[in-house]
Amino acid sequence: MLLIGYGNPGRGDDGLGPAFSENLEGRGIKGLDIDTDYQLVAEHALAIADHNLVIFADAEMGSETGFSFRAARASAPQTLGSHSLHPEAVLGLAEILYGARPEAYLLGITGYEFGAVKEGLSDRAQKNLKDAETFFLNWLATERQERKSRHA
Amino acid sequence: MGDPRLIEIAPVTRVEGHGKVTIHLDGENNVDEARLHIVEFRGFERFIHGRLMWEVPVIVQRLCGICPVSHHLAAAKAMDMIVGVDQLTPTAEKMRRLMHYGQVMQSHVLHFFHLAAPDLLFGFGAPAEKRNIFEVLKEKPELAKRAVLMRKYGQEIIEATAGKKVHGTGAIPGGINRNLPLERRDHFLSTIDDMIEWARDALALARGYTLDNEEIVAGFGNFPSNYMSLVREDDGALDLYHGNLRALTSTGDVIFDQVPYTQYHERLVEEVRSWSYMKFPFIEALGPEAGWYRVGPLARMNTASFIDTPLANDAHKDLMGVTSGNPNNSTLANHWARMIEVLHCVEKIQDLLHDEDLQGDDLIVTGDRREEGFGVIEAPRGNLIHHYKVDQNDQVTYCNLIVSTTHNNEGMNRAVKDVAVKHLSGQPEITEGMLNHVEVAIRAYDPCLSCATHALGQMPLQVELFGADGHLLDTKAQCI
Repeated sequence: MLLIGYGNPGRGDDGLGPAFSENLEGRGIKGLDIDTDYQLVAEHALAIADHNLVIFADAEMGSETGFSFRAARASAPQTLGSHSLHPEAVLGLAEILYGARPEAYLLGITGYEFGAVKEGLSDRAQKNLKDAETFFLNWLATERQERKSRHA
Repeated sequence: MGDPRLIEIAPVTRVEGHGKVTIHLDGENNVDEARLHIVEFRGFERFIHGRLMWEVPVIVQRLCGICPVSHHLAAAKAMDMIVGVDQLTPTAEKMRRLMHYGQVMQSHVLHFFHLAAPDLLFGFGAPAEKRNIFEVLKEKPELAKRAVLMRKYGQEIIEATAGKKVHGTGAIPGGINRNLPLERRDHFLSTIDDMIEWARDALALARGYTLDNEEIVAGFGNFPSNYMSLVREDDGALDLYHGNLRALTSTGDVIFDQVPYTQYHERLVEEVRSWSYMKFPFIEALGPEAGWYRVGPLARMNTASFIDTPLANDAHKDLMGVTSGNPNNSTLANHWARMIEVLHCVEKIQDLLHDEDLQGDDLIVTGDRREEGFGVIEAPRGNLIHHYKVDQNDQVTYCNLIVSTTHNNEGMNRAVKDVAVKHLSGQPEITEGMLNHVEVAIRAYDPCLSCATHALGQMPLQVELFGADGHLLDTKAQCI
């Protein structure tokens, strides 16, 4: 399993993705490969192609819940913006280039302060980060249990 | 005569961060004025004030998710001066250079294959659904795979020299905190020949496009300007990591040469204009009207006397031959220049990997403390200036940054105007393909408007059309 946390920690709550992946890395969870980066780029497709389950962790704007967790599917958007890619686009690259179709989920953690050059998360974002971690650890345990049952 | 109209393109697609283009049309649908607005950078200096000098090379990477290594190295060079170090150990300098070449290589590859290739392969006026990397993948899958592997190679070089991709700590005031272990060196050497070959192929592609589309290139954002970059001390060779400042006119006359970058503020003036958050630097000796200049890959090709790696040097001669040795003024020639630099970086990486100094243990030197430091580097997008003052408590009291996108501000605005006049004036209808011509002109400079966050749900492309009375006549938006 691969977890990619991404965002810019110098832009306030945009650092939620890196904070999530770094916290998880600190737990040393076996079998969970972790990558932290500023943004998703083309070569993430290579890492994705080496895993059968991929989690993208990113800050989310405008959500009324503290975090969201949903399946992500490969797609080729009509246009690509900026130097960075969306999770669906990276999955699309992995599929087109390497024939890889991993199961994938997008964990969006709600943030509130993005505009200023600022280190550190807002108080509300920190709470959401903690809630998202609790959710993810529970999900991970259940997921692994189910996979074990399926292979038994 | 019809009503004057205002068209806005915001943000510019496939440009890092958020930018907005406003095109003012008169009642005859002719372009009256075209401007690129960029919101960024002013908060950077405040962000650094009060920081401890030792943490600055790490903290400045948080300013930019696109070229953090360039900021890391420019800040480290400035802090070298503060700690009284004018000459690093061979291991420290070569590790930093290796980091920098890895950064420039991977950045240029991303720009060319990912951002520019769709425009070059399918045409600037092609429909939006055609102008993206997935269409490139369908037509040239092997090319795309190479691009991914070249990016990965450059990123791994950065990781090996800086420590990690995010918030690397490799360069420290006075030196470096690691060398390159033999197993990492051997790993990089195992595929360096592929990198050389692929860089040559990419160069051939960019060169071929430029020469095969001579008419388009000559008529697209092609205008004279001054050029500025670092060049190597004494011989004026291309040097991306260190050197002195050289500025030439559009015809190759010297404006200044071999000026130590500690004197940048005696040669350049940063002008503020009311309609833009970003400054407009100009060469003081020429004044604001005639003194604006361009930086970046093409500027470096124009200013460098030669390149000290053989394959890139041949390519440099080839490029300059097109303009009989005079500066090349074509905005689109930046793509060709960019690929020459990729080849140069790969050649440099190859040379460094065979240099035993990279396994040396002499990593850091010290000197007599100073209060002021300057760090200048040729970042992927062009010249990058960091300037700091530090008090006796090691806290930063002054910070001034001039980033490549700021140097190119006037050039990008002129390119937008040039293209807008040629492709939008007198047309009864503004099509998406025509608007994309404007964006292509901006993208050729690979601007990094990195104030942006990348949170889910951001980055819509918005086009707004206003009437003379300020009425919104039309708007188009799509998520990108």
